[in-house]
Amino acid sequence: MGDPFGMTTAHVMAAGMCGIRTAGDLVAWMQLTRRMKIDEAKQYVAAKLGISVLDLSNEEVMHQIREELDIGIISGPADATKGVAARCRIAELLDISIHSVNIFKEKLNAPLTPIA
Amino acid sequence: MTEKFLTRMGDGERVSLTAEEIREDLEAGNQDAAQRGNIPALSSDELDQLFAIVTDPNRITAVRPGREVITTDDGGANMIVCDKPDGGVGLPMGYHNAVLAFERLCCADTIGVGHYDYSCKPVKALINYEKQRYYMYSQAATIPLIYGTQPNLGVYFQPDGPFPNATELIPAGKIKEGQEAQEAAAEALIEDLIYIAGELYDAGCDGFNFDTCASAGDADFYASLTAVEALKAKAPDMAVEVGMASEFVLGMHSEIEYKGTRLAGMYPTEQVKVVEEAGADIFGMAVNVNTSESFPWNLTRAVAFLKATVEVANIPVHPNVGMGVCGVPMLSVPPIDCVTRASKALVEIGKADGL
Repeated sequence: MGDPFGMTTAHVMAAGMCGIRTAGDLVAWMQLTRRMKIDEAKQYVAAKLGISVLDLSNEEVMHQIREELDIGIISGPADATKGVAARCRIAELLDISIHSVNIFKEKLNAPLTPIA
Repeated sequence: MTEKFLTRMGDGERVSLTAEEIREDLEAGNQDAAQRGNIPALSSDELDQLFAIVTDPNRITAVRPGREVITTDDGGANMIVCDKPDGGVGLPMGYHNAVLAFERLCCADTIGVGHYDYSCKPVKALINYEKQRYYMYSQAATIPLIYGTQPNLGVYFQPDGPFPNATELIPAGKIKEGQEAQEAAAEALIEDLIYIAGELYDAGCDGFNFDTCASAGDADFYASLTAVEALKAKAPDMAVEVGMASEFVLGMHSEIEYKGTRLAGMYPTEQVKVVEEAGADIFGMAVNVNTSESFPWNLTRAVAFLKATVEVANIPVHPNVGMGVCGVPMLSVPPIDCVTRASKALVEIGKADGL
């Protein structure tokens, strides 16, 4: 988008998918990891979620889906998955390789080397 | 009495224009883009759509449901905490909080972060701190986190940097010396970009934004493209976005090439092809605003360039819609009537993949 002074919000509300409120981050991952153009990226995510492309930006549908899949929701309750843990679930859901997730899992699953 | 519509000039000044005046400006902007960029002009149907968007009586407008796109930005989270010269609002809160606010209050699709200075050169000395910051934010943020920096070849020249200043050499007639200075500075910039991005990759960086590329001309663009190519080999799982400084690559060097293609004088339809060739994943097109022309003139011009660029692009195109580019007026507090109209037009007519 670009700066400055609060203009971001205007662009997001006028034309953005609205990120974690809906499926914005999921579609963004497809552009970042597979270079998909917007229509292809939306179709891919919609197919994975089993919903229509129109519902990807429908809060009434997407909030419930995100809550049920536990992939991070806008309200961020303390007992819900968020952050890198949510991204791990998103990578699995979308069947994509996310670098930060891979690094996290590498560290998580690395064998404990006994102290000599 | 002839009906008039509220719109603005490229500098944000509010003006009232008749339908005939707006249509004249739409057509003039359209022809300007077509002639300069050697691209197809927008059709009369598309100009009608633009007219409807510009003359929408509502204060703000938006895309139709289902037409929403992805947002990426140039350090968007910075804006919450940084100071006025960088377009920030200076809130007294930590950067970590700003990142999460950008995700959960601004509801962007991705989060842009970066060093406060934002140029590549100062980051090198602080790279460990930047890695720490990225790592911390990455643990807490759910949506994609993209680290951005401006290549900014200009700061590699004296007195800010070690290389002779090309902008002093060239006016003095020392063309060859000016070219050599740019080539040497470009090599230093390439090294820094690869180093910085490589270090962030080790910390789990998911995306790197080369922002405002070619701000110092064709050698700046060459350095960015060369760094992108090297980076995609070194860090294949990190997405790279290349955002441009302007619609036209200035020929400060004038002869420098990337893989046999001369970079000086490139317009967006040509820029995107070399960006693709370098291996980038997203192209950020920029079209400059002419402050002496109207918002309808500027917007049409941007939409025409964008549509032609999207048609030849094999990667997503996110036009830059910051102050003074792609129709958004050159005013430090851009009016949201123009901001939202630019969003809608670029997405629905220009077929943007994101903003």
